[in-house]
Amino acid sequence: MKYVDEYRDADTARALATKIAGLCEPGRRYSLMEICGGHTHTIYTHGLEDHLPESISLVHGPGCPVCVIPMGRVDDAIALAEQDDVIMTSFGDMMRVPGGRGSFFDSKAAGADIRMVYSPLDSLKIARKNPDKRVIFFAIGFETTTPSTAMTVLRAAAEGLDNFAVFCNHVRVTPAITAILSSPDLHLDGFVGPGHVSTVIGCEPYTYIPREHGKPIVVSGFEPLDILTSVYMLMQQFADGRCETENEYARVVPWAGNPKALGVIDRVMEVRDTFEWRGPGWIPESAMQLRAEYAAFDAERIYQVPGVRVADPKACQCGEVLRGAIKPWECKVFGTACTPETPIGTCMVSSEGACAAYYNFGRFSRSRVKEATSA
Amino acid sequence: MTQDLGSAIPIGPGPTRAGWAEEAVTAHAGAEHLTREEQVLERIARARARKPRIREERITLSHGAGGKATQTLIEAVFLEAFRNPILEQLEDGASLSTPAGRLAFTTDSYVVSPLFFPGGNIGDLAVNGTVNDLAMCGARPLHLSAGFILEEGFPVADLQRIVASMAAAAEAAGVQIVTGDTKVVERGKADGCYITTAGVGLLERPLTLSAAAAQPGDVVLVSGPIGDHGITVMLARGELDIEADIVSDTAPLHGITADLLDAAGDGVRLLRDATRGGVATICNEVATASGVAVVLEEKALPIRPVVNGASELLGIDPMYVACEGRLVAVVAPDRADAALAALQAHPLGEGATKIGTIGADPPGLVLLKTAFGGTRIVDLLVGDPLPRIC
Amino acid sequence: MCLGIPGEVIELMAEHDDLAMVSVEGVKRAVNIGLLREDSDGPLDLSPGDWILIHVGFALSKIDEREAKASLEWLTGVGDAYTDELDALAASDIT
Repeated sequence: MKYVDEYRDADTARALATKIAGLCEPGRRYSLMEICGGHTHTIYTHGLEDHLPESISLVHGPGCPVCVIPMGRVDDAIALAEQDDVIMTSFGDMMRVPGGRGSFFDSKAAGADIRMVYSPLDSLKIARKNPDKRVIFFAIGFETTTPSTAMTVLRAAAEGLDNFAVFCNHVRVTPAITAILSSPDLHLDGFVGPGHVSTVIGCEPYTYIPREHGKPIVVSGFEPLDILTSVYMLMQQFADGRCETENEYARVVPWAGNPKALGVIDRVMEVRDTFEWRGPGWIPESAMQLRAEYAAFDAERIYQVPGVRVADPKACQCGEVLRGAIKPWECKVFGTACTPETPIGTCMVSSEGACAAYYNFGRFSRSRVKEATSA
Repeated sequence: MTQDLGSAIPIGPGPTRAGWAEEAVTAHAGAEHLTREEQVLERIARARARKPRIREERITLSHGAGGKATQTLIEAVFLEAFRNPILEQLEDGASLSTPAGRLAFTTDSYVVSPLFFPGGNIGDLAVNGTVNDLAMCGARPLHLSAGFILEEGFPVADLQRIVASMAAAAEAAGVQIVTGDTKVVERGKADGCYITTAGVGLLERPLTLSAAAAQPGDVVLVSGPIGDHGITVMLARGELDIEADIVSDTAPLHGITADLLDAAGDGVRLLRDATRGGVATICNEVATASGVAVVLEEKALPIRPVVNGASELLGIDPMYVACEGRLVAVVAPDRADAALAALQAHPLGEGATKIGTIGADPPGLVLLKTAFGGTRIVDLLVGDPLPRIC
Repeated sequence: MCLGIPGEVIELMAEHDDLAMVSVEGVKRAVNIGLLREDSDGPLDLSPGDWILIHVGFALSKIDEREAKASLEWLTGVGDAYTDELDALAASDIT
């Protein structure tokens, strides 16, 4: 595959790994946070950490939009889906995510009309084909996905569809990064920045991170060589004494982002005062809702959702994992009470979450086992 | 204008808790907390060794995907109720010793949607799938039964097409459909047509193939490119608006299996056809049953570019995608070359290749050496990426 | 969820302003290219043969071939320097 295979070459990886190792200061440990769930997934599915020296550890950040949906919000979506005249449509990633009482899969088994879609445009198709039902699209995702939902709402408006609505759970990436940066026990040296979010918002929004918090950030693509290159660029910054925002993914990410996409988001949506994230909790100005002009397409204005808040069990230590304070296997419930089938907290919920990725793909890594047993 | 949905759920003063999550924590409380990373494998193994229990109140699509949930359902419900030594082996078919000789006996059901897809239909799947289960036991397939559950309103012309395909498939496989049954259910049930089959075959060879027979040093072979059937069916549903030049790989494997067994004889430890859950699921079953590690090479996996492209686009892993005409064989190292040559010589074995080896450590796990030079685990499927593939 | 895949534009669909047929390794799908168009009726700098990044049925960005080439050349350079080093190591004999 063009633009994919070239970025998976093992020999280049080994070469790059040698250069990275060469930039490590003896005796110093480096803790780099990769923000996107997609990065976590790549790191684990390709075994990327096997190429890194032991002094560099990757911390998996909060950039998994599936993982951060609170259980209560899933319950809200299920309450919507259980209405007789509703067809709920959702990305596949959400189907297994449990709410307080069960997941979309469970609800479907009990008779709710819930359908998996690849694109919000597929939901529109279903709406056109089912004029006597209301089709609701469970919209999730960071700024990568928000423009697509916005475009779909505009299209629905242009067609005069009266049976299509969006249950909007779009979130913004920079408030989540700021929340992490404000933690008192922060152990991070730098960031591998979100790649696809940046095709929309550009690189400028991250410049406050080096400027105000003194941590460098490199916007990274999603192939394993992209991530390895980004790590290299961060290590080079440390070696040079620089602290900047850099763009490794220039083939796809323009520095200014996509003005049309930003414009479309702004036309259809506005920033919520606050929003609850599973894990970090309430974060101000961190999520989007539809503007009043588009109330006819807003599931939360058409229906009064229960809005019940469901707390994670006290045993859940996701907050510490997200901040880099502990590793997944150090959590007391990892692998026992908390597994991908019974995800107690956000980090285990989707295969992009730090704990799930580790459980599903990474739990046997020869170098790590060697490291642990020789400690 | 705002419809209040809140009445269904009691709204208390503060956050409530998720019952299932609290239960999970209590169930495992007191489990020794092994914090060091190398103990992770042990911790997970212990948690998984606990008696399988069905947590759900209702059957979900995950239970049919061929992964974790299916396994739990089989062990906690069916095995629990029917328990006997033959069933406990959980192979593709049961090997029976009778006064008349050794027989292989299998059963299957077909609920694929859509009924007709590029490369075949539910009828071909039914015959080939049953023949293949018998072939995987090392048996010569003899006779099939076919039970039909038809929906009121189903076009007779469609039924005739399906049945014609079955007749052709049976002839190609050298079997006869010797008994059957038909039921009709009301419109709205049975999605057109469901087919259940049973098959019986003769175990003529003095071999016992078993998922528990793999040994360190053995070689893992696959008979051709993986994922063709699952992707074909998924695209044929038409919900994804994706077109691709791909057809189902449904085929009877009795011939290629006979050639393989002729060439490698008692060097063949086990055979499995890679249906629901794909190659990854088979490897996990072998790793667990034999208590060995299955080590696969990502670069060696035969995957057509179009299957790769569709999988990348949809975010699914071809290793878990169903095939209906491919087999996985685990063979002793000294017979591996002969085995591979036999596969490649057969028309259905085009693209047959070695994909990995069996190791001693870590037992029960499937490892993938990635093309990128790293290692990762290939775990049992959780959830259901492709519902109703076969 | 961050799933963005590179695909090649096969044709701009005449009936629909905002749709293009795109191929990913031979898998074809219609993709909405509205986010690549400046204004609703504005010009579109996209032709068959161009590569775009696809996410949930929408094109988010056009792949910059120049940048792609530069990044691949850098990576190849890193690889070559390494293999040269390895070759030299293998060839030298300090005994």
